[in-house]
Amino acid sequence: MVSAETKEKIRRAVRMYPDASAALLPALRFVQEEIGHLPDEAIKFIAVELNIAESEVFGSASFYTMIQRRPGGKHLIQICHNLSCSLLGAETLVTHLRQRLGVREGEVTDDGRFSYIRVECIGGCDGAPAMLVNSDYYDNLSIEKMDDIMTQYQ
Amino acid sequence: MEKRLFRRINIPNSTDIEVASGDGAYAAAARAFGMRPVDVIDEVKRSGLRGRGGAGFPTGAKWTFAAVDPKTPKYLICNADESEPGTFKDRIIMERDPHLIIEGMIIAGYAIGAARGFIYIRGEYPDAANILERAIDQAYKKGFLGKNILGRGVAFDLSVHRGAGAYICGEETSLIESLEGKRGQPRMRPPFPVNAGAWGKPTVINNVETIANVPYVIALGAEKYSEVGTEGSTGTKIFCVSGAVKRPGGYELPMGTPLREIIYTHAGGIKEDGKLKAIIPGGPSTPMLTAAHLDVKMDYSSLVSAGSMLGSAAVIVMDDTACMVKVSYIVTRFFRHESCGKCTPCREGTMWIEQIYRRMLSGSGEKGDIELLLDICEGMQGKCFCPLGEGAIQPVISGIKYFREDYEKCIHGSMCGREKCGPVLH
Repeated sequence: MVSAETKEKIRRAVRMYPDASAALLPALRFVQEEIGHLPDEAIKFIAVELNIAESEVFGSASFYTMIQRRPGGKHLIQICHNLSCSLLGAETLVTHLRQRLGVREGEVTDDGRFSYIRVECIGGCDGAPAMLVNSDYYDNLSIEKMDDIMTQYQ
Repeated sequence: MEKRLFRRINIPNSTDIEVASGDGAYAAAARAFGMRPVDVIDEVKRSGLRGRGGAGFPTGAKWTFAAVDPKTPKYLICNADESEPGTFKDRIIMERDPHLIIEGMIIAGYAIGAARGFIYIRGEYPDAANILERAIDQAYKKGFLGKNILGRGVAFDLSVHRGAGAYICGEETSLIESLEGKRGQPRMRPPFPVNAGAWGKPTVINNVETIANVPYVIALGAEKYSEVGTEGSTGTKIFCVSGAVKRPGGYELPMGTPLREIIYTHAGGIKEDGKLKAIIPGGPSTPMLTAAHLDVKMDYSSLVSAGSMLGSAAVIVMDDTACMVKVSYIVTRFFRHESCGKCTPCREGTMWIEQIYRRMLSGSGEKGDIELLLDICEGMQGKCFCPLGEGAIQPVISGIKYFREDYEKCIHGSMCGREKCGPVLH
């Protein structure tokens, strides 16, 4: 299911806590980093690895917005649509993104490169509007700047 | 005013332990180890330090509750789940002075008798998490963390725990649930975390900014520390200014700095010299204010007197181009998304409020919608399981209180071109 390296990362995480189940969020993250999302088999794998019920793994996996249960694009754009970003034009950017990519929120572009979701405040309000591409942070966005940034992700 | 929390953020390579300790980092920890734990707590009590996360609870009192609880082991958690919209102060400290936080944690752990600490950081801050992890590695290598810190027989282990996207985890009992690997839903209180927190053990949870103040309390001493600020709100505060201002940013200023000075002097005034319409003083969970409140002092009690709260001190500014119905809709959409679903008033109430706002913004507002919104708020007030629901109704109630005219116009269709609201409703 996952590489020996990811397994070792999970085992190291388990040793950090008084109770193995506390390593659940780290485990979800490590597996997602490797596979890109968390299919049913990944849920089963983590349950066995941490010796907890599959329902508990599913419960947490479905609760947190950063855990993706379905495959996304190669690059995930997370654009903030909370208040500070909206006051400075986030809506225009979202509209542009939707038109440019030609997909709805959460869907993958035909070439498999991008998917996007709107997210709540990412703490970039001093440079609003802001977004994340994968784990890279961009702020003071305009339509032109956003277009430039996207060409950097192939 | 001499900077405290932001003292090192503009020093090149300030995240490096050599640079930080060259500027005095970890000296306060060494000093604290020369004091009895109870005296460290007493110093914090006398400093008047109050929690910077939103509730403003006296830090020293919280520490005492955990310190006197006979159960062991005890845990110390730094709440770095900074998620209140408009807030980015903790990110600045974590990314640019991580050693200040580590030092604060060492001192706090020593004071309450905890040998294990966690920094619970929101998953959306990968840069800050990586910087903290690197800084923690450096601190271990230098002997500031581990089983025998500075050869003084003090033990403290520290690690970073990353969240995965959930505003509710900033609420301390939800944070504990999340740390334990569960869905981040709040627990019944009492028992309070100071007696039965993580894994049922006494647990102190302090905000990043609170922890960052601790080394300064020890380094300066309580008296000198509290010379800055007001009587009930000592020290400095980082105000995060965003929205329609010329210079959005984080400003470290004395507690009690007037709102007018923050917006017009530090943040440069309203964008394009526009007219101020509304201010959210402490994040969307705190009631909105208007231009009439500009002379309010930004401290815990003055804001309560003005009908709001200091909250996380996220000052979000709106100019007169803002539609206050749309503003409250955006904020309600956020609370509905982040409601954890545990209690009915919050789960259903936030959804109903959002639906009414959507109806209004799409041009189908009905006579009586304002009263209906207020009625739903009344049904939530004091009845939600945790503070999220209580926060969610503040922008609705205060929005209607101060900007009823916007609501009337929206409902009766004479305010603006409807197409403007199209994008926000997608």
